[in-house]
Amino acid sequence: MFTLFRRVFFAVLLLSASHNLLANNADTQPSLTELSQQLISANYKEKAALADQIALIEDDQTIVILQALLDSRLYYVKSNGQLLLVDSSGEPDSAQDAFTLQAVTGLGKRDIKKIGVNNSLRVALRSLISRAQISSKHKSQRMAAAQNLLKSSDDIDRAFIDQALQRETDNSVAEVLHLVRALMQLKADQTEERIEGLTALDGALYPEVRAGLSEFIRSFSDEEKLSRKNEYQLAQTTLTDIEKLVSINGYIENLYFGLALGAVLLLAAIGLAITFGVMGVINMAHGEMIMLGAYTTYVVQLLMPEHIGLSLVVAVPAAFLVSGLVGVLIERGVIRHLYGRPLETLLATFGISLILQQAVRSIFSPLNREVATPEWMAGTFMINPALELTWNRLYIIIFSLMVLALLALVLKRTLFGLQMRAVTMNRPMASSMGIKTGWVDALTFGLGSGIAGIAGVALSQLTNVGPNLGQAYIIDSFMVVVFGGVGNLWGTLVGAMTLGVANKIFEPLAGAVLAKIMVLVFIILFIQKRPRGLFALKGRAVDNG
Amino acid sequence: MKKLGLNTLSKATKVLAMTTLAAGISLANAADTIKVGVLHSLSGTMAISETTLKDTVLMMVEEQNKKGGLLGKQLEAVVVDPASNWPLFAEKTRELLEKDKVDVIFGCWTSVSRKSVLPVVEELNGLLFYPVQYEGEESSKNVFYTGAAPNQQAIPAVDYLMNDVGVKRWVLAGTDYVYPRTTNKILESYLKSKGVAAKDIMINYTPFGHSDWQTIVSDIKKFGSAGTKTAVVSTINGDANVPFYKELANQGVSAEDIPVVAFSVGEEELSGFDTKPLVGHLAAWNYFMSADGKENDAFIKQWHTFTKDDKRVTNDPMEATYIGFNMWTKAVEKAGTADVSKVQDAMIGISVPNLTGGMAVMNKNHHLSKPVLIGEIQEDGQFDIVWQTDGVVPGDAWTDYLPESKNLISDWTAPINCGNYNTATKTCGGAVAAE
Repeated sequence: MFTLFRRVFFAVLLLSASHNLLANNADTQPSLTELSQQLISANYKEKAALADQIALIEDDQTIVILQALLDSRLYYVKSNGQLLLVDSSGEPDSAQDAFTLQAVTGLGKRDIKKIGVNNSLRVALRSLISRAQISSKHKSQRMAAAQNLLKSSDDIDRAFIDQALQRETDNSVAEVLHLVRALMQLKADQTEERIEGLTALDGALYPEVRAGLSEFIRSFSDEEKLSRKNEYQLAQTTLTDIEKLVSINGYIENLYFGLALGAVLLLAAIGLAITFGVMGVINMAHGEMIMLGAYTTYVVQLLMPEHIGLSLVVAVPAAFLVSGLVGVLIERGVIRHLYGRPLETLLATFGISLILQQAVRSIFSPLNREVATPEWMAGTFMINPALELTWNRLYIIIFSLMVLALLALVLKRTLFGLQMRAVTMNRPMASSMGIKTGWVDALTFGLGSGIAGIAGVALSQLTNVGPNLGQAYIIDSFMVVVFGGVGNLWGTLVGAMTLGVANKIFEPLAGAVLAKIMVLVFIILFIQKRPRGLFALKGRAVDNG
Repeated sequence: MKKLGLNTLSKATKVLAMTTLAAGISLANAADTIKVGVLHSLSGTMAISETTLKDTVLMMVEEQNKKGGLLGKQLEAVVVDPASNWPLFAEKTRELLEKDKVDVIFGCWTSVSRKSVLPVVEELNGLLFYPVQYEGEESSKNVFYTGAAPNQQAIPAVDYLMNDVGVKRWVLAGTDYVYPRTTNKILESYLKSKGVAAKDIMINYTPFGHSDWQTIVSDIKKFGSAGTKTAVVSTINGDANVPFYKELANQGVSAEDIPVVAFSVGEEELSGFDTKPLVGHLAAWNYFMSADGKENDAFIKQWHTFTKDDKRVTNDPMEATYIGFNMWTKAVEKAGTADVSKVQDAMIGISVPNLTGGMAVMNKNHHLSKPVLIGEIQEDGQFDIVWQTDGVVPGDAWTDYLPESKNLISDWTAPINCGNYNTATKTCGGAVAAE
């Protein structure tokens, strides 16, 4: 009822507008300036009506004003009601007059006020803007507009879409427009039209299509299910076919989620694979090394607020150095004296972890710190409308594999790596060959801690940067290393990925809480069977490790 | 780096100022003061939220003393640190009541800490002001609940989504502990009473500090693509919110498609967020910092002066602390003494200004009548108030939407004088009923 009313209302508006344009009688029609000015004092419902009217005015500035309103960049001067365009920072220095685009200076933050928008107004604005942008020169804008029209297919009239389709030169945009048209056909009065619409929707993965189809199926009354049997069945098979495709995509998506979780576990655990796996130090402060890396990212972003994208690239080596250095200090200061005494090491490193947490609390405040996400890490990579991979996870998967590869290279191909392996395999022999075992220990611990720091940079993009960050990952890290096999990098990789995927397989079945418990139980049982993990080291290193 | 230095410096001066202040007071009036206990975690996981409330109480005490104290006596704040450790809350309460002999306690945040304090304040006849929204189903003679009960936050928020936004499908997502579980139970039965089918309600619980939201957000997305308007009602606690909202933004779930209304996300929590992708998501509270009004402006100014930081935000539990403190001082003045039993009786019917305009009234069930507001998150981390109740909503200790508490009311005045009075059987179930 409501949509019908809206449609009629809109049609009347369209008619009156075209009439006015034909008669070239713009004086009786309120101007863009007048209408926009009314936005200041209007409530949300009135604003929506005003936006509808504004959209009908043929002026280059129309879209600019509507877009600014949508982006919360439309302000006004409190004293005289002058409308301003302000950039996304909201700083009054960037103010321009909304109509003349001339810079307006001398305004303070308290002198201007934003014209507020709420969700329903945003939806309305987006639909208005997409109607205008469907004839844009840029393909990306047309695509976005078409996808938006899909959401609001109720409010548009057929002629408008047909025109847009005629103009459209790009196949992918035309495809979406065809779907919009098909969705509208479902509501047509003639059976042929509806059947044509149903056929056109076959295999379309957009959620709006599924929504439209379900709504269409629901609209059948019990008698209609019999009298319009063919149509009803066609609709049902179309929907089931689509849902089959969607669920296949769902499995792929879930696998991706598992790998992404595995990559996070891998990043958190690689450092520990060195300090615990190779050196045998039960390092309870490992999580805090991750935390220090995340805080380093925060500080780097504070130092270079203009280059958020670049800041992450800078933060990686910086975090490696900070955490690595702290690692070396801990090794030289504490752990060195405790080799061969695992219980004391555990307690000492646990103490260090508390000290580091409280230090961060006192220096930075107990509140979480805000680490910005660069543009290139936000959003999704769309394979099809039912399968979108999030960029940030994709980057983290790639990044974790790079870190692992680099570490393997260091261990296998450098002199330091050789010395490190020598020391862990047979300390007295290495020492008698002239290797300074003490320094190798310190540097190895530093390397493990530094890599934990790098993990912190990645985690700062996913979770809270706060004093408790490390606590959340310490258990998981130990789990991965023990499960994968102590002292083996491949074990860590396979272990992390297995746990990640297993977690994501259990999660939809049992819920997040139970999934975690099930994974833990699984590991306990597994360790009973194979105490040395997936890939156990063989030979001498086992006894000396 | 400069920023860090300044921060630490200002913190150091603050501590210094506070200690000198405290020392000055205790020297001058050691013999004759009214003692105010402050029971908020200053370390551990809850320090994030609770430190602010400790500062709020200290600020109120300082201001009251500037006005000449209470009944001619100075107020003396006794601050203890229960360190986010629930059993320690009970011990510290005992210490405050037995050793320090405080006249009133402002404290607790989580429901489990309140449950741990409850038997102690009842045994020693203490007075506790609890300033945080909670799940209800409780009423104690010794506790005044100045935060929202479910009917002052959850129910109006759902009403708003149902009537104004047209939501038909509901995701109830929460952290796995008592507050979300009870709230969701109430909401589920409320939604069903409004004719929502079971298949249109999806309930999901996650562990504390959950950080991998990929599957859940993707499930929400699928649940929301069935053609009817869907909303998420979130009782997700504290830290887990940041990764949750980040994942929502990354998977392209905008507030326009599937709005999330949160009961635990306020200005303070948002200060750790990059809020751009969250614009348009909602929160329901009794107070927003952006509310217009003289009282609010004055309060914010006072807070900025006290913390010497004009970037600090104010939030709903702070307002609840503010109201609670003002009510207590008024009740002490009315009773002419700080004696717990007399103040308890004097409290009922006391009214003080809200920060959002209007008056808050303390009801017979030890809950407040307050307005309910819905705000949309803005880019600057503040809320734009998009809806509010016409008048005030009286807090209901026992929800009407669960069969086990439907007939219960709380009334701490004669002749009923009971926290869980059954109106059907006309009997009292004892001071605190089982949950």
